[in-house]
Amino acid sequence: MSRPERSMRSALGRVRHHGAAGEGTGHFIAMRWTSVALAILGPWFAVAASLAIRDGGYTATIDFLSDPVNAVGVILLVVTSFYHMSLGMQEVILDYIHRPFTKVLLLLLNAFVPLVLGAGAVFAVLLVNFGV
Amino acid sequence: MAGALRPEDRPISPHLSVWRWHVTMATSILHRFTGVGLYGAAILFALWLMAAAAGPETYAEVEPHLTAWYGQIIMYLIAASLAYHLANGIRHLVFDTGAGLAPADADTSAWFAILFGIAAPIGLWALLSFGA
Repeated sequence: MSRPERSMRSALGRVRHHGAAGEGTGHFIAMRWTSVALAILGPWFAVAASLAIRDGGYTATIDFLSDPVNAVGVILLVVTSFYHMSLGMQEVILDYIHRPFTKVLLLLLNAFVPLVLGAGAVFAVLLVNFGV
Repeated sequence: MAGALRPEDRPISPHLSVWRWHVTMATSILHRFTGVGLYGAAILFALWLMAAAAGPETYAEVEPHLTAWYGQIIMYLIAASLAYHLANGIRHLVFDTGAGLAPADADTSAWFAILFGIAAPIGLWALLSFGA
């Protein structure tokens, strides 16, 4: 935070919380590192999974997920892609949705849905490997 | 200011009714469109993992959708979206370094991204059908 007397914001703007939130850089960097990770994980999963699980069958799916390298890869894919898509959808919501209630509701959903499904998906991979 | 344009030569503010179709415009729209589509794909991906972890009975309810005609079309669209979003995402990472922003270069890379989005799922299908 810059000292108030050096800020270019007006006193009224500061009181009303207008202006930059100061969180843009973190969002930008997170979007970049997740996209670099996904540029590797995405094509790997698309090719490896479709070659290993051709017919989408149960046994082939379990066999694929039981391989330690595949399990770690899928967990990394889930975590980075869910984070990446949440960041991206946040931008889309802020760009197109202007009604305050709808906007906040969608932002909350966009924060929780990837978190819940991501936790579920990671637990699912662990369950396939360590479950009874 | 020296070298200032005469008023009629200055760039005018964006007029939303005066525009022409441009491939870089299409890539920008497609990037958002495929990004939102892949959000849905990631939700299906998480549900698929959870169904596999839940056991053969639950998975048996999911499997017919994977092999059905609509499932295959959705898989194709997911593969195409992933390929396009990947190629255009790499394009954006290059743009972030300040390179490739000249209109001619941006046009060329835009066509490459679109072409990759079309060619990659066909390549994956060929690999699965005729390859390894």
